Amino acid sequence: MASRAAPTTHSRPPSAVAPGGLTRDQLLEIYRYLRLTRTLEERLVALYRQSKVIGGLFRSLGQEGESVASAYALDRGRNRDILSPLIRNLGSMLVMGAEPIQILRQYMAKAEGPTHGRELNVHFNDLERGYLGQISHLGDMVPVMAGIALTFKLRGERRVGLVYIGDGATSTGTFHEGLNFAAVQRVPLVVIAEYNRWAYSTPPEKQFAVTDLAEKAKAYGVPGVTVDGNDVLAVYEATRFAVERARDGHGVHVIEVKTYRRKGHAEHDDQHYVPKDELDWWAKENDPVDRYVKRLLQSEWVEQRELQAIDEQTKAEIDQATDACVDEPLPPGDSALEGVYANPAVLTPHWYRSL
Amino acid sequence: MAEVTYLEALRQGLWEEMERDPRVFILGEDVGAYGGAFKVTEGFAKQFGEERVIDTPISEAAIVGAAAGAAHMGMRPVAEMQFIDFISCAYDMLTNYVATARYRAGLATPMVVRGPCGGYVRGGPFHSQNPEAAFLHTPGLKIVYPATARDAKGLIKASIRDDDPVIYLEHKWLYRRIKEQLPEGEDLLTPIGEARLAREGKDLSIVTYGATVWKALEAAEQLAKDDGLSVEVLDLRTLVPMDDAAIMRTVEKTNKVLIVHEDTRTGGVAGEIAARINEQAFAWLDGPIMRVTAHDVPLPYAPTLEDFVLPQTEDIVKAARWLAAY
Repeated sequence: MASRAAPTTHSRPPSAVAPGGLTRDQLLEIYRYLRLTRTLEERLVALYRQSKVIGGLFRSLGQEGESVASAYALDRGRNRDILSPLIRNLGSMLVMGAEPIQILRQYMAKAEGPTHGRELNVHFNDLERGYLGQISHLGDMVPVMAGIALTFKLRGERRVGLVYIGDGATSTGTFHEGLNFAAVQRVPLVVIAEYNRWAYSTPPEKQFAVTDLAEKAKAYGVPGVTVDGNDVLAVYEATRFAVERARDGHGVHVIEVKTYRRKGHAEHDDQHYVPKDELDWWAKENDPVDRYVKRLLQSEWVEQRELQAIDEQTKAEIDQATDACVDEPLPPGDSALEGVYANPAVLTPHWYRSL
Repeated sequence: MAEVTYLEALRQGLWEEMERDPRVFILGEDVGAYGGAFKVTEGFAKQFGEERVIDTPISEAAIVGAAAGAAHMGMRPVAEMQFIDFISCAYDMLTNYVATARYRAGLATPMVVRGPCGGYVRGGPFHSQNPEAAFLHTPGLKIVYPATARDAKGLIKASIRDDDPVIYLEHKWLYRRIKEQLPEGEDLLTPIGEARLAREGKDLSIVTYGATVWKALEAAEQLAKDDGLSVEVLDLRTLVPMDDAAIMRTVEKTNKVLIVHEDTRTGGVAGEIAARINEQAFAWLDGPIMRVTAHDVPLPYAPTLEDFVLPQTEDIVKAARWLAAY
């Protein structure tokens, strides 16, 4: 079937030197983010089943590789590059410095969470660390990130913006308007188009008439490439190239990552519309974390025991974060009237509340 | 003092803020080399450079979205809608993204979206709209609507300096029709959220904004001459946040209120004002709160049709006379 078609690019055979000049420590760090993403989501599932997660839960199972690898290609640190993640880019946020405890608090609507209970899931931001949370209206972050990248250009800063867009969201008007605007202005923006096969329950063939999302780049006069999205190192290399190109003033670059959404739209969605054997194939034969581990070990870049140590550290870190926040209070109701405007900073409750 | 038009006053305000603050930049369709469809930004690109006066594609959502991104980064963008009718193309970006940014995510989004609005100019359904009611309903946006040259300047400057996103509505019928002596070399600012008493009176109040301020003043003059009525006219200037105190002051003074606006009636700003008066000053009323507005139809082109649909000075005279006799 089409979704099992050979990826457009292939992993290279094992070699002594890691691609993209990655050091051993960096290879292990990437692994740590992959493991952290998956383990954190597994913890969120447990909390969801205990009704501690208040809203929906969105998994990135199967997409951790492209999320982590693309973010890892950015310059990170205070006031460096900025990305805008989607609900399936938890890994990207963790790479940029989002802390697991913030994710846990946000999902559980805690007062101490990054939006103090106003917003759900991974919709939050820290511009200094370099991530700007999405809103639910898909495509809208493309113009906004074009504006952030425009600011880098206007100020002559050597910084880059990166925005994710799902296959379904490439059908929106804001995707088109934002990408066209960014291309015309030649702003330093990298677009990661995630072909993950399912937009809620809608497959790509009902979403657009092109085969590859990279083809769409041609319409905007910018380069577009397709990468095997479950090959961590291939995504890293492709993104690194696009990021440096953008940093050097050559404008927008589109990277399509072919991947697969292995869970439903959210936890409530039983995926009855997905062929069972297709899911099994992606889980057994094309899991990005399994493939990355296999590559690391076969190339003898790292040792099994090092990976195991990371697994244990990661689990301990998430246990600790969960314990620290699971019993925290929700925000007080009347804090809902704060911060609609800078001025006035607080609104007045309706008259009947003081009767 | 120099006599300047409403349009020139707006231009001056923009120019001064561009000179004062390097974070301010303009983006929109045909704003650069061409100087804007109504020449509001004529000469700006030459003075401030193409990087600060950006000609964009025909993409209102991208213009507003990019302005928001830049505002998050500490810039002070001023986005022009070539005609305000096209702001609806950016409705999602304004209401879902921009308006909620501070509340949902603590994001500062100091930006201005401005553009020519309003009828009485034979512009037809898509070059005459008044979009304020659509945004009045959205928490997180401020809305200003100057009626005078002084406020055209004072409010654009205040809007650019405000830390919240502001929709600045400028009436194209007033662009070259209104002239006023304005002081030179003075930092002229109109505070956002403060109404202006345009004419004092004691028998009846007209609460209005935008172009109908001038029609209300004409009506008040005629009523004074023909009927001996003393009519007070309150120019709201800002719709969000609304100056409730000023509205209640005039209601308590005259005890009768006529609300006048150019926009259509149902779900319009007048309904909101009437509700506020009902809640806050019911005991002061000696008559029903009445409205003079456009009829609930898309604005037609033919002069006979447009004149029929929009509120005219004579309509205000008749309505005020009826209410005064109540």
